[in-house]
Amino acid sequence: MFACMHAPGESERLIACGQDFSPLVEQTDADTVTLDIDGLEHLFGSVHDIANAIARRTGVPVNVAVAANPDAAFYAARGFSGTSIVPQGDEAKFLESLPLALLSPSEETAETLVRWGVRTFRDLAVLPDLGVAARLGDEGVRLQQLARGEHERPLVPVDAQQRFEEEMELEYPVELLEPLLFVLARLLGDVCRRLEDHALAAIGLRVRLQLENAGEHERAIRLPVPMRSPRVFLKLIELDLEKHSLPAPVVKVTITADPAKPRTTQNGLFIPLAPEPEKLELTLARIANVVGEENVGSPELLDTHRPGAFRMQPFGVKQQRTARNACPAQLAFRVFRPPVAAKVQADFLSATGIRGKIVQLAGPWRTSGDWWTSGPWSRDEWDIELTDGALYRIYCDAQTGRWFIEGSYD
Amino acid sequence: MATALLQTINFKLQQRPTPDLLPSGITNFDAMFGGIPRGCVTDIFGPSSSGRTSLLFSLLSEATAREEFCALVDASDAFDPTSAAAAGIALPRLLWIRCGGNAEHALKATDLLLQAGGFGLVAMDLGDIAPATARRISLASWYRLRRAVENTPTALVVVERAPHARACAQLAVECGRRRVKWSGAPGCSQLLRGVEFAAERRKPLQPACAAMEAFALR
Repeated sequence: MFACMHAPGESERLIACGQDFSPLVEQTDADTVTLDIDGLEHLFGSVHDIANAIARRTGVPVNVAVAANPDAAFYAARGFSGTSIVPQGDEAKFLESLPLALLSPSEETAETLVRWGVRTFRDLAVLPDLGVAARLGDEGVRLQQLARGEHERPLVPVDAQQRFEEEMELEYPVELLEPLLFVLARLLGDVCRRLEDHALAAIGLRVRLQLENAGEHERAIRLPVPMRSPRVFLKLIELDLEKHSLPAPVVKVTITADPAKPRTTQNGLFIPLAPEPEKLELTLARIANVVGEENVGSPELLDTHRPGAFRMQPFGVKQQRTARNACPAQLAFRVFRPPVAAKVQADFLSATGIRGKIVQLAGPWRTSGDWWTSGPWSRDEWDIELTDGALYRIYCDAQTGRWFIEGSYD
Repeated sequence: MATALLQTINFKLQQRPTPDLLPSGITNFDAMFGGIPRGCVTDIFGPSSSGRTSLLFSLLSEATAREEFCALVDASDAFDPTSAAAAGIALPRLLWIRCGGNAEHALKATDLLLQAGGFGLVAMDLGDIAPATARRISLASWYRLRRAVENTPTALVVVERAPHARACAQLAVECGRRRVKWSGAPGCSQLLRGVEFAAERRKPLQPACAAMEAFALR
């Protein structure tokens, strides 16, 4: 069974109301919404009760019609005011008085039908099928089926752009984090419950805190995988707020979750060890609070010849195969950040904590680049071995003529 | 009868199972030591240019090649991603935590990572931390790390100049440089070819030494 609601200028309200009753809600036209009500009789009783419940829930004057197919319900809702129940099998009789214009025929077909004296649904419904098909083609057949209330089609559900948002205005401004967390915990619980009702999870959270001095403090938390645990969310928000302290007491809290399909995992005996995403996210947030957000992540090499160029990427546990394309037993290099300023005189190197005679050296390797930007680099590199056996990479900056130790081979 | 059974159960519970070993990918090292133990602390120590970082990179490379996730807590921010990628470490599987020279932060981050679990290898690099600072790390901190890693499939590797984990380490390996290989004529067309290292087992006290060689690429 299908129910149809029609109220001019209230489409958003109608969709929201429809989604309270059924997951299959179609916006049939700008002012009309159709929904599948199969199974609702267990909750509300007869179709009359369902139709009345829907009409009451909308909260505005609305035409509601219930029929065995969506199009019969649609035309009944558009054509009759109040609540209409189209009897199953008698759709044609119920709709017969409706004007033909409701079917919205094409201009050419409308002209033909007017010439034939066809004015109502009944006039079209009683015409012989073969004659209509021969003279009006596919469109005529479809219009006749609609007029008879026989047209069957599946619903095209609206893409539910749900907003998972909860907000609370506080009676007194809250200055401390702990009482604020109580409020956040409640709101997060509500958001997570709504997500669960829709079989969804959150891929991001936005916390908007309205401050007493009329300002706003907004924090956005991106999650590596969709999650739905209020405990994890609360801890992440707590860590974030600890890091970015509030400039003024809070008077209103709003939490918005960005919905996403929940993560599905298939465990297996031979899947390698990996951290749990929820636990990992909390751990990374805790570590970021200690060492700084920019110091936690996964290194990614940049496509440049500039020595030591990399950027930090957020670390996530993605089960992806990575090709191993390097030769084993490579000599590792340890970088001094920043490079240690050194003095090189003849074959002697001295720097803070490093001194010695250069016994072996290889170089120079001259490299330069980015001369077309504001940050060019140009240098001569050497590999050196000191008397104590330590191996270093040193370079002379061509622009300043100064020497630096870049790091050591280890 | 019951007492005997209880004693047997207690004895079995007190017995530590032989830990799984994580291979390093270096043939000589694996032949001699079998790898490094999971669920334990491994101390890799030695002076500068002694091969400790090359050994660590080899371990990370092997672990990431087996699709395990690894973490490197870099106390002195000395990790070189270019060199690591050349050594075969899959960088997307490596979590790098830069502590900017703060050993206390490094200990805290390592503890948090071990508590979170799920990593195949967690490495704490204290290689460039001043010896005085490293010595100040209390034994209680090392015990805490040992307890955190115990009974987990994670291997905790600590790279240092001198062995500080002492009693808490299941395996202590001292790295030393044997010979630096240069090619070409000195002064005109020389090239650093590689370094021969030696890894000696210091704990448990069963003499074992593995020769390793690392090649330099220019």
